[in-house]
Amino acid sequence: MLAEIGQFTLVFALLLSLLLTVLPLYGYFTKNNSLMHTARPLAYLQLIFLLVSFLILVSLFILQDFSVTYVWRNSNLELPLRYRISATWGAHEGSMLLWLLIQAIWTGAVAFFSKSLSRTQIARVLSVLGIISLGFAAFVFFMSNPFLRSIPAPFDGNDLNPLLQDIGLIIHPPILYMGYVGLSVPFAISIAALIGGKIDDTWIRWSRPWTNAAWGFLTFGIVLGSWWAYYELGWGGWWFWDPVENASFLPWLAGTALIHVQAVSEKRNAFRGWTVLLAILGFSLSVLGTFLVRSGVLTSVHAFASDPSRGVFVLTLLAIYAGGALFLYAIRANKLKSQGGFQLSSRETLLLANSIIFSVACFMVLLGTLFPLFFEAFGKKISVGPPYFGSMFFMMMVPMTVLLPLGMYYRWQKDEMKRVLQQLLPSLGVTLLLAMVIWFMFKPLNLKASLGVFGASWIFVSVLLYFKQYKGKLTRAVWGMQIAHIGVAIYLFGVSMTEHTDFEIDSLMLPGEVKTVQGYDIEFKGVEVKKIENYQASQGHFVVSKNGKVVAEMNPQKRYYPKKGNPMTEAAIDPGFTRDLYISLGEKINEQGGWAVRIYIKPFIRWMWGGGILMMLGGFWAASDRRYFRHAKQMKQKNIDQYLKA
Amino acid sequence: MTPTRKKRLMAVVLILIGVGIATALFLTAFKENILFYKSPTEVLQGDYPKARNFRIGGMVKKGSIVKSTTSLDVEFYVTDYAKDVMVQYSGLLPDLFRDDQGMIAIGQLDKNGVFQAEEILAKHDENYMPPEVAASMKEKTADYDNNKVNN
Repeated sequence: MLAEIGQFTLVFALLLSLLLTVLPLYGYFTKNNSLMHTARPLAYLQLIFLLVSFLILVSLFILQDFSVTYVWRNSNLELPLRYRISATWGAHEGSMLLWLLIQAIWTGAVAFFSKSLSRTQIARVLSVLGIISLGFAAFVFFMSNPFLRSIPAPFDGNDLNPLLQDIGLIIHPPILYMGYVGLSVPFAISIAALIGGKIDDTWIRWSRPWTNAAWGFLTFGIVLGSWWAYYELGWGGWWFWDPVENASFLPWLAGTALIHVQAVSEKRNAFRGWTVLLAILGFSLSVLGTFLVRSGVLTSVHAFASDPSRGVFVLTLLAIYAGGALFLYAIRANKLKSQGGFQLSSRETLLLANSIIFSVACFMVLLGTLFPLFFEAFGKKISVGPPYFGSMFFMMMVPMTVLLPLGMYYRWQKDEMKRVLQQLLPSLGVTLLLAMVIWFMFKPLNLKASLGVFGASWIFVSVLLYFKQYKGKLTRAVWGMQIAHIGVAIYLFGVSMTEHTDFEIDSLMLPGEVKTVQGYDIEFKGVEVKKIENYQASQGHFVVSKNGKVVAEMNPQKRYYPKKGNPMTEAAIDPGFTRDLYISLGEKINEQGGWAVRIYIKPFIRWMWGGGILMMLGGFWAASDRRYFRHAKQMKQKNIDQYLKA
Repeated sequence: MTPTRKKRLMAVVLILIGVGIATALFLTAFKENILFYKSPTEVLQGDYPKARNFRIGGMVKKGSIVKSTTSLDVEFYVTDYAKDVMVQYSGLLPDLFRDDQGMIAIGQLDKNGVFQAEEILAKHDENYMPPEVAASMKEKTADYDNNKVNN
């Protein structure tokens, strides 16, 4: 019965999104106020119905209703409660329902926080968001309905993939989706503005906090994914340039370019068309990402069972959204005149350079990700190795790093390069000093690592000096920006150290054997078998000591899930501020108790994620700047004044 | 030429140089890092890149895995149900590496016709089959559907 109610609320939400698509927009074109006023209530109703639908799916998992196909496929009687709940979005159907719910949450938030927008504006924005909900609601209902029944119901369910029975999976997808789907808001705002044929300061200013917030979530989602892959896959890597990872990285790159170009667009009334284009690009890449993940057309280490026919549906949605948006853009582009003039030597130019660097990087990653598909059309099967992405990205990030501090110090419209360089001179001096100190502490560093350390110091020192020079007069938006930039520096340092000074060894270890790795003595005590919750574990025991003092005791596991006979590696990690020790168990090699063991030392890997978290905080902090809201209030007053005059 | 035109010309030239450099970088990075996928049948026909890495994929032939008890060396046959190629590898194997499972190895063919793998990939969902492997299986076996994805 519960499943039917879930089904019913889903259908209702689908209909509501249809109404949301049609009514306010029709009202806008026919200048019908009461139709336009339906936008907000429809957005709220849609949210309520999807929330109920989603909660019902969660309770089906909690209640173990195996008559529902999706439930028995991804859960069983032994599965602990917390994983039964997270199993709701562990596989395809439920994860798409979550996507849809999050879309409704953003739509509801836009409806709620849009008091400053006029009736005609909000009607258009919500209608465009309605179109997106409509497409994905149809997708969930027709292509991947989680409420379908299996008759007769099995007595026990299958199992949730052991890799997904983990805290990382509980939080990673919702956060990532918040970012992905959040990019639909700047997209919708741009499209709504294109429909109206006018983009003014209000639009751009109003879309900035949304973009920042969505970007913050996306950043955090990617960080979580990377962290999860690191500790859960048992291979010690944090980024594989795998199609599924790239799928989340592409919208991030476009979003980063968008955030920077929005600053120019709002403050200087320039690059309006480019802003709109990037907003379209950002969300289109989110949909493309969903397509890549859900269709399984590309080989991925993260691919779980996938279904090509669903891919076609998502691809069609992508064609409609991106195609429609670009078509509209082409028609209206001539109206998006930017008036703000500027000289070559100005902040505008540098922010333009930023957006170009990030879009080119985005394009390069996209090419590398999709190239296997092009080749397949010619009957050749290829894949593009991670070094391609690594070297491309390195090239792109060199100019980004060099130019970043200049962008902070340059003035709008017109500035003397001499003045800026003079201002940055002390920063350059301190940077050289800092980079040298780091270099001598950790030498030898190779060229890439040295450049990375130098770049990180350059950004870090310049931001600190910026605080010193402008103290006391920084808005939240500027604080947010600088926190994010510090994050870039920290990330850059972490990645340079982790990538170029890490240490890895695979070996056969017998009980009692000691391996000495970079000053650490790692003793293998042996393996014992344990039964824990719904799995059986062969648990290794390692004692790590340095200079005779015990530093850590580590217990990596090889888990065996009897339900489906799945083995899984659970690495043991001793995290640290300056290094992670990482041990994972392979398999038993001989009867003397010898096991295959992988030992890693990963210097400064936490800094990388720490940098990402700072970027996220910067995004949120900037989004909370009062300026956007204060101005919104003034605008509201202006709207009322205009209304009274009319 | 008027100053404005001169400025525009400069901009165009700069953009062209930028695009040129970017393309050159892209092509070199791309050429060096492209990995071809070959099935055992193709490899035995001599259709594979010599003296550089490529990927070989297929199923792990049933009963062919031989593991050393004194080192991490392992050897096995990869099959597309028509032809087999021997693979040698030293290191930790993925969790889902076992008989009759799809896998992909990255490495080179040595002069004895043995594939020396640097890396072995198996997937982390037992219902998942890499698309290339699925395709080459399909070409080789008529009854592919009986032992495919959802075994």
